[in-house]
Amino acid sequence: MKIVSASPHVHTTMDIRRSMLFVIIALLPSCLWGVYAFGLRALVVLLVSVASALLSEYLLGLIDKKNTLPDLSATVTGLLIGMNMPPAIPLYIPVIASFFAIFVVKWTFGGLGCNWMNPALAGRVFVFFSFSSAMSTFSAPRALAADALASATPLSAVKTAISGGMQNLDYQGVMDQLGYGTTSIAQSIGGALGISPYTVDAFLGNVGGCIGEVSALLLLVGGIFLIATKVITWHIPVVYLGSFALLSWVFGGIRSGMGLFSGEVLMPLFTGGLMLGAFFMATDWVTTPTTKKGEVIFAIGCGFFTFLIRYFGSLAEGVSLAIILMNILTPTIDRYVRPRRFGYVKPVKEAKKK
Amino acid sequence: MLRISTFRRGGVHPHDRKELSKNSPIEVLPMPSSLVVPMSQHLGAPARLVKAKGDVVQRGEMIGQASSFVSADVHSPVSGTITEVTRIRLANGASCEAVVIRPDEIQGEMFTVRHDWKSEDPKALLDTIRRMGIVGMGGATFPAHVKFAIPEGRKVEALVVNGVECEPYLTSDYRSMMERADETLEGIMILSRILSPARIVIGIEANKMDAARLLDDRAREHGYPIEVQPLKMKYPQGDEKQLIKATTGREVPSGKLPIDVGAVVCNIGTAYAIYEACVFHKPLIERVVTVSGEGIAHPRNILAPIGAKAGDLIAFAGGYSRDDVDRLVSGGPMMGFSFADEDAPVTKGTSGILALVDEPVETGVCVSCGKCVSHCPMGLMPNRMFRNIKYGNYQAALDMGLLDCKECGCCAFICPAHLPLVQGFKLGKKMGRRK
Repeated sequence: MKIVSASPHVHTTMDIRRSMLFVIIALLPSCLWGVYAFGLRALVVLLVSVASALLSEYLLGLIDKKNTLPDLSATVTGLLIGMNMPPAIPLYIPVIASFFAIFVVKWTFGGLGCNWMNPALAGRVFVFFSFSSAMSTFSAPRALAADALASATPLSAVKTAISGGMQNLDYQGVMDQLGYGTTSIAQSIGGALGISPYTVDAFLGNVGGCIGEVSALLLLVGGIFLIATKVITWHIPVVYLGSFALLSWVFGGIRSGMGLFSGEVLMPLFTGGLMLGAFFMATDWVTTPTTKKGEVIFAIGCGFFTFLIRYFGSLAEGVSLAIILMNILTPTIDRYVRPRRFGYVKPVKEAKKK
Repeated sequence: MLRISTFRRGGVHPHDRKELSKNSPIEVLPMPSSLVVPMSQHLGAPARLVKAKGDVVQRGEMIGQASSFVSADVHSPVSGTITEVTRIRLANGASCEAVVIRPDEIQGEMFTVRHDWKSEDPKALLDTIRRMGIVGMGGATFPAHVKFAIPEGRKVEALVVNGVECEPYLTSDYRSMMERADETLEGIMILSRILSPARIVIGIEANKMDAARLLDDRAREHGYPIEVQPLKMKYPQGDEKQLIKATTGREVPSGKLPIDVGAVVCNIGTAYAIYEACVFHKPLIERVVTVSGEGIAHPRNILAPIGAKAGDLIAFAGGYSRDDVDRLVSGGPMMGFSFADEDAPVTKGTSGILALVDEPVETGVCVSCGKCVSHCPMGLMPNRMFRNIKYGNYQAALDMGLLDCKECGCCAFICPAHLPLVQGFKLGKKMGRRK
């Protein structure tokens, strides 16, 4: 039988399912690192998150009489939620987060493509405010297991110290004062390159934090993989990280009483959920603007709010809230920011003619 | 040679698949037992039939006369007898009047006498083009004598010759350039006499650098003032507006014609047709057709008379190579028309006949990835126009520039949800016009 259909008759092989698969592949190195650093318990958290997301998606699919599991979007959501959990989290928390993400944030608005907020982030933020203490209790990574202090994330350790009155010190100074541990590899690399060993540890992933967010290096590798395979473009990650780094450098020293242009750049970039957020959450197709110009505005907003919350808010971490705030602004950005049309000529105003 | 340029915005990179037929020289189709010559092979009003059933026609004799300003004459591709006047459905889905011609056993040699075009004045040359029924052979089939009639007071700054052939699979223009370089260049010089442009440039994509070098060498040897401009591979570079942007850097304003920025575009195939028309007074009665696709046994480039049936060409190319051929396409896969009837004839605009195998395409939901927006060469927002059309809000789609859309298919090609965007825009334009 010959089919008659509208052009084009060839299509890209990069469909939704394949793109989601690529996202999962890009996330795996960081997940594996999390499991290595925090032990099998981390693996259990990841599996529970994915399984509960898939189960929610499957059950809701029964209502709609369609099976949406093959598009893999629920798998990505579940995986991202797991990666955003502290390793020792009680297991019912990721289950609640996954269910909230899939049911409330995604399904009630119409499923894939219709949600206006990133489901994984919304799930994380929901449980963060519901179970603040469990969500803020971290364990030390394998390399620093002997160090009791290392169970706090560098961001929260520094923030607590600075608001506790530790002034006029940069990150390294604060961490030294606190007696935060470093690995010997980081000390030698840091010594050779002339940068703080804490920064090197944060880059490699030898710090406390959520399962999937600790290794900036592996997240960077995954992000570059996604850009190379054209699942995402460079605009959002680069502008997000860039604007955040710029603001941190210019205004980041103020809270320590050091004035302008004295803020740390590398350490804030590598710690917390920034890499995970910039490459994998802020680039979510559904909840970000559709134009490149809009994406740049979106990313600058993310950088700005992340900076604001981290440096001047009461929370140590601001990536998820910053991205969610910008998710809310996305429809507005899309309404006003449009690409310049090819050969567009401004219509002559009627009034002028007369 | 010059630096490689391209247009800046949007565009996609489909696999070009030209290797299937790239190295097959142009072969002449054996005379089919009957030809079906449609009266509507061009943009504009169909030609008016001037012959009747039973009439004997000569090769190149006019059988259909242009019926309005934008229309073109149709000539008999063979010497033979008209056995039937009927209505048929073309590959593009349109229905039109057609004559069925039974060719004579012996076809005499014709169109061998050379005429001296250099002594003719531009108006006379343009009239020859009109009488020979030349239309744009890139696919749009706009009557050439209308397109090349430059309005009084306008000056042609650039004659851009389109050797881009950016559609995947198609190699008919490539083979023409390789095998008929001198003739094609002479055709361009004839056109140059008509238009007297300040500059002549041939745009050729980088996957055909051998053709670019050949034309450059030949042009130099003849002393023709023709530049060859290699272009980076990117679909839809063969579109008029994108090609003008890539070769001259100018943007044709929305709703305006290329001449408004001093450019005229002519296809490689058209240039060759103009050569034959003005040198041999041979009407447009045959053309090179690429028969290709994964489902064709021996993909090749065939010189076929207008009116030959698709089935005849496919048979000459060895027939189908597999059973899962589910789509016949006239033209390229990005903008061509799929058709089901193998009796659909070759027309003046048929650049290719493709047999494509099943490509599993499942339509999903829009995930607002914005790929259609960033790949649209016209800077439109396909996602939002499609949504408006889907809900019947045609005016909103028109306000967003729907009429600038040329259905190049970049958006639908790149869409990860495989939404039928182009189909939506075709519908939207029709419904929008109806209002």
